[in-house]
Amino acid sequence: MSQMPTRLTDLARSTSTRILGFSSADEKLEIRLRDIGFAEGDRVEPLHFGLFGRNPMSVRLNGAIIALRREDAAAILVEPANT
Amino acid sequence: MSSVETQTRPVRLALLGAPNCGKTSLFNALTGGRAKVANYPGVTVEYRKGVFDLPDGRAIELLDLPGVYGDTGKSMDERVAIDAVSGRLENERAPDAILFVLDAAHIETHLHNVLQAKNYGLPIVLVLNMMDMAARDGLNIDIPALEQELGIPVVNCVAVRASGRAHLLDFLTEWSGDVAYGSAPKPSEERGEVREIQQRARSATRHAVSRIPQTETITHRIDKIVLHPVLGLLILLAILFVMFQAVYTWAGPAMDLIDSAIGGLQGAVEAIIPDGLLQSVIVDGAIAGVGAVLVFLPQIVILFAFILLLEASGYMARAAFLVDTLMAKVGLNGRAFIPLLSSFACAIPGIMAARTIEQEKDRLTTILIAPLMTCSARWPVYFMIIAAFIPQGRVGPFSQQGLVAFGLILVGILFAFIMAFIFKKTLSRGESGGLLIELPSYKTPVFRDYLMGIWDRAMIFVNRAGRIILPASIIIWVLTTFPRNAGSIGETYAGMLGNILLPILKPIGFNLEMSIALIPAMAAREVAVSSLATIYAVQGDGIEGQMSAVIASQWSMATGLAFLAWFVFAPQCLSTFAIIRKETHSWKWPLFAFGYLFVLAYAAAAVTYHTAVAFGLG
Repeated sequence: MSQMPTRLTDLARSTSTRILGFSSADEKLEIRLRDIGFAEGDRVEPLHFGLFGRNPMSVRLNGAIIALRREDAAAILVEPANT
Repeated sequence: MSSVETQTRPVRLALLGAPNCGKTSLFNALTGGRAKVANYPGVTVEYRKGVFDLPDGRAIELLDLPGVYGDTGKSMDERVAIDAVSGRLENERAPDAILFVLDAAHIETHLHNVLQAKNYGLPIVLVLNMMDMAARDGLNIDIPALEQELGIPVVNCVAVRASGRAHLLDFLTEWSGDVAYGSAPKPSEERGEVREIQQRARSATRHAVSRIPQTETITHRIDKIVLHPVLGLLILLAILFVMFQAVYTWAGPAMDLIDSAIGGLQGAVEAIIPDGLLQSVIVDGAIAGVGAVLVFLPQIVILFAFILLLEASGYMARAAFLVDTLMAKVGLNGRAFIPLLSSFACAIPGIMAARTIEQEKDRLTTILIAPLMTCSARWPVYFMIIAAFIPQGRVGPFSQQGLVAFGLILVGILFAFIMAFIFKKTLSRGESGGLLIELPSYKTPVFRDYLMGIWDRAMIFVNRAGRIILPASIIIWVLTTFPRNAGSIGETYAGMLGNILLPILKPIGFNLEMSIALIPAMAAREVAVSSLATIYAVQGDGIEGQMSAVIASQWSMATGLAFLAWFVFAPQCLSTFAIIRKETHSWKWPLFAFGYLFVLAYAAAAVTYHTAVAFGLG
C-alpha cells in the first residue's frame, strides 16, 4: 500500500466506508471489536461525535448503532465504499 | 431414554444472546415472570429462573442470562452467562439446550455470536426476535436458507405479542421432546478464530438476508437531536431536572392523602385502645415510624417511573454516550454511568451492575463512589429537612424545594467525580477501558412490563417499611420510653446511647435526638426519619402530623442544613457495605468506603454548620 491506511477516526460524519481490517497491536481490543460486530467487509459510517474532542463517536454498523471511544475506533481501518 | 426421566424433571432451556436482544421480554412473556425489562446493556446482572407450560401441558424451565457478545467472557456478567451454559455455575444444573435470541434487525452484526454459541455443545435454536420491527426496517430473512447455512433450527418471534410467540411455542413443543430424549441433534462445532467465524456468518447473511437500503430510520432521526453534541447534553440535563422537579410537584396531593390517612389511623387507635403503653407503642412507635417513611411512597414511584421509562425507551445508553467524555476525565469507564445512575435508586443494584465493567480497577472505583449517588432511601431525609427549612416558593417556573434537592444531588455527583479522580490516581491506578456499547433502537416500552417494574420498586420500598422500619421503630420506642421514670429523653436508654455519640457530633451542630436517630439509621437511611418521628412523638405528647413541622420548630436552620450535608455523604446503610464486601471479596474495601464516607460526611456537616452559624442562622 502506497499511502497510509484510512482509520475510522479520520472520517467525517456520514461517510460510508467498508472495513478493511484492524491495526491494533492490542489483540484483546480486536476481539472486543469483533465480538460486538465489526468485521472485514462491513459497511460502517460515523453518525455522531461527542462535544469534547469529537469523543466518543457513534457509528452505523449494518443495522446496528455502536458507540465507542476514538482511541478504540482508531484501530479500525476502512476504505471508501464503492456503492 | 426412559419417559420416566422426562416426567421427573422438566427440560431446562437457557436464553442466551447479546444485550438488548429482548431475552428478558421473552422471559417475562413466556413465564408471566416478574423479571425487570430494560433496554440498555447489562441490566440482567444475575440470571433468573422461571417455569412455563407448553401448549401440551409439559413444563419447561427457563434461565434468563446476562447479555453476551462473543465467547471470551470479558466482564463479570458475561462470565456468569458463559459459565451457566457451560454447566460451571455453582449449585446449578447445566441447561439441556440453548435458545439463542437475536434482534432480527441486527442480524448481520451479531450472527457470528450464534455460531460461537454452537461450540458450547448443547442443542441450540436461533430465535429471531422483533421480526415486526425488522420487517418495518425493510429486512427480509429467508428462514429455510438461514437454517441451511447455519445448520441449526431458526424460528421467528415477536416476544411481546402472543401471536408472535405462538410459532416459537409450537416449535418448542416438538423440539423439547427431542431435547428431553437426547435425540435433538447437537450442532457441529465451529472451528477457527473469531475472524473466520465472522466470515462464515457474513456469508450466511449474504445468502439468506436481504435489506432494502434505508437512509434513515426513526432511531437515526431521533438521534440527530438527542446525540447532538450541545443540544444532546442540554436535553439530558433537562430530563434529569424535570425528573427531580416532578418528584416534588406531582407527589404533593398523594402525600397529603397518605398523611391524613396515617393521622386518621392514629386517631382511630387512640379511640379504641385506652391510654397507656400499648396505645403508645402502636401510635408513637409503629404508626408514627412507618407512617413517616410511607408518606414518601408517591415520590419514590415518580422517581422510578422516570428511571424505568428512560431504560425501556432506549435512552439510557444515549445518556452514557453523552457523559462519556466527562467520565473519561476522571479516569472512569464510560460504562460506569449505568451502574451510577441505578445507584440513584439504590446503591445495591448499582454496585452489582458494575459487573458489566470489563476493567477490574474501573469496577472497583465505580463501586467505591456508588454510595455518593443519592439513593432513594436518602430522599425521605432530604424531603423532611427541605420541607422544614426551605420555603415552598418558586424561582421562576421551578419549585424552590426541587432546586435545593437538585443541588444536593449535584453535590453528591461532583464529589463522586472528585473521589473517582483521586482513587484512579492512587488506589486503583491502571488502564481504563473504552465505552464500546450498542445504542439500541428506540422503543415504546411494553406497558405491562413497565407497570410491573414500577410496582416491583414500590413494593420493595413498602416491604422495607415493614421489615426494617417497623421493628426499628418499635426498638426506638422501647429505648426512648424506658426506664419509665426517665425525666427527659437524655435519661432514657436511647438518650444514654445518644450521649455517647454526642461529644463527637455536637461540634457539627447535631443535637441529642439526631445522635439517637443515627444509630438505627445504620440499618437503612430512611430510618433516620422514622426514628426522629418516634423520638419526638414519645417526647412531646400528641405531636403528630408532618415531621417537618416538628423539626422546623425544634432545630435551628444551621442544624438542619448540617444534617442535610451529613446525609449527602453519610456512610449509613449496612446492606451497602455487605454488598461491597461480596463484590470485592474482601473486608478492606467496605471498611475503606465506610471510613472515607464518614470523613466526608463529618467534614461537610461541620463546614455547613459553622458557615450557617456565621451567617446568623444558628
